Amino acid sequence: MKITESATENRLKTLFERKQENILNIYFTAGHPQLEDTAKIITALEKSGVDLVEVGMPYSDPLADGPTIQNSGAIALKNGMTLDILFQQLETVRQTSNIPMILMGYYNQVIQYGEITFFDRCQQIGIDGLILPDLPIEIYERDYKHLFEARNLRSTFLITPQTSVERIRRINALSSGFVYMVSSSSITGAKKGISEKQIAYFNKIKELNLDKPRLIGFGISDRETFSTACRFANGAIIGSAFIRLLENNLKDEVGEERQLKIEKIINDLVSNLKP
Amino acid sequence: MNYAINEEGFYGEFGGAYIPEMLHSNIERLRLNYLDIINKPNFQKAFKSLLKDYVGRPTPLYLAKSLSEKYGCTIFLKREDLNHTGAHKINNTIGQILLAKELGKTRIIAETGAGQHGVATATACALMGLECIVYMGAIDIERQAPNVSRMKMLGAKVVPALSGSQTLKDATNEAIRDWINNPEDTFYIIGSVVGPHPYPDMVARFQAIISEEMLWQLEEATGQNYPDKIVACVGGGSNAAGAFYHYLNDERVELVAVEAAGHGIHSGESAATSVLGTKGIIHGSRTLLMQTKDGQIIEPYSISAGLDYPGIGPLHAHLIDTGRATAIAITDEEALDAAFMLAQIEGIIPALETAHAFAALDKMKIEKSDCIVVNLSGRGDKDLGTYIKRMK
Ligand SMILES: Cc1ncc(COP(=O)(O)O)c(C=O)c1O
Repeated sequence: MKITESATENRLKTLFERKQENILNIYFTAGHPQLEDTAKIITALEKSGVDLVEVGMPYSDPLADGPTIQNSGAIALKNGMTLDILFQQLETVRQTSNIPMILMGYYNQVIQYGEITFFDRCQQIGIDGLILPDLPIEIYERDYKHLFEARNLRSTFLITPQTSVERIRRINALSSGFVYMVSSSSITGAKKGISEKQIAYFNKIKELNLDKPRLIGFGISDRETFSTACRFANGAIIGSAFIRLLENNLKDEVGEERQLKIEKIINDLVSNLKP
Repeated sequence: MNYAINEEGFYGEFGGAYIPEMLHSNIERLRLNYLDIINKPNFQKAFKSLLKDYVGRPTPLYLAKSLSEKYGCTIFLKREDLNHTGAHKINNTIGQILLAKELGKTRIIAETGAGQHGVATATACALMGLECIVYMGAIDIERQAPNVSRMKMLGAKVVPALSGSQTLKDATNEAIRDWINNPEDTFYIIGSVVGPHPYPDMVARFQAIISEEMLWQLEEATGQNYPDKIVACVGGGSNAAGAFYHYLNDERVELVAVEAAGHGIHSGESAATSVLGTKGIIHGSRTLLMQTKDGQIIEPYSISAGLDYPGIGPLHAHLIDTGRATAIAITDEEALDAAFMLAQIEGIIPALETAHAFAALDKMKIEKSDCIVVNLSGRGDKDLGTYIKRMK
């Protein structure tokens, strides 16, 4: 087996060294709308200048996700997506793509695949980081931190408006990738606008002067919410809104035509986000 | 061997709290406070007094003569069906609603399968004047219609869970998502010994009243405060946890956990978690669950909405894994036969869930000298539709 990349280079780290503002992270569910869209979407995201891609591993029971991501995961699973297929897809894209890439999924998926096998496979493919929202930080610190570090995988944990300052500092210390700021008390899914209350929370976190990069996610959907989030953090994450764009605009195009359509959807989104 | 929960919230290797950060502050607050609150004399006084005067406890321990004759041993029925609202579920909802009030919460959410936990929650909310929202799988709304009407009459809002298999698992997912969206004013009253720590332990403590009464009732009836065997059905496992609780460390007592085998354990339509399940995480708890090798949760099946769940509580995973409890799987057909048998020889129509426990008597090795307690977790009114179809 070929081990890609040296043990020192991590694209996520390089990204945050190069760029501290307006970082655009796009989440999508692998294998949705069609099984073979994974590579097309990643290629198009990189081409359009998106900074970071978060690949969702479809799960049957995604507790932290709203209807859009739940539904996209159900479709991906119906399309036949498995972790083995996903890893193969990502391995192939990685040969021509250098975009920072992180995987997001649920802890049970990693346990069943076999933790060590899973992390090894990530390293071998050139995955830069992992987000497992239901992996408790205490268990990460005790059982997995050294395994992540040995494979140059970066960790990202979530904070919410309910997270205490003391715990935020602990999460910050354990997040070697970035701190994922959940924008409000909610599951994923695009909402309308950002409230005063959310602004107050963003400000509070900003003033903590954490030493790790922060990206704001959940409910970021358009130019306005993206630029507001970027005023208080290093960047933001768009998920459900992007998934809906794919669903609403993709039909049954195939091959080159489908690739071009995906590129157009992403280019339109990215240019819309520019101030 | 000690079967109690440890400091970190584990029974052996099972349990814990594998939850997204959005739930952390609520679960942590509960974890830090639940024992202090429950053990306060005032809380215990209020809890016990409601159980007595409102729920109707103690429930009888009834010597079932015809059933004893049929199986050639001594069989007692712990009559949880005689509780207000018709099942054991209310023991837990009274406990949790008092706790929710202590925590200053004003909005209550719950999941329900058979609707018994939903009715028990709606009842407790009506009693305490709290808002109540119950998530219920769309399929269960159809097959347990009388309970849906009861919840509505009690003033609860019933929200259909439309994702996945549209049963108990999905109702639980929706309730958890509601809590994520409403962390401040809301308390989630879980209906079984499942979910993240401290729920399994907390629910087991509220249901423990069942075996607490068995201790003195057996002493009174037989001169000995323990039986040889206790039989209970297991969906998530709360009625079984309550019936086993005070006997967990008493190895003289054999514990029998009865699961739903649907159309047959290996038919592809089953909920026999102890046979089909492997170790993993469901609803924030490390336990046994039915899943693919990729960790996707498999949709279970049982005729009984309350047993139609792809996992079991971590306590039961531990009891079965260590051999402390024996699991028996019962098919739809066997459960239906047992329901009619019990109705006709004892004059008691059991809930479909409970009928599984009675069917297990046919599969157990029984000695003449055996004293057996079957936990009669609920009555069968809600299942009349299914029973009527069977009679045609
Ligand atoms: C009468 C009755 N028994 C048993 C159960 C199963 O739940 P548990 O395993 O938590 O006792 C239910 C659940 O709805 C029920 O209504």
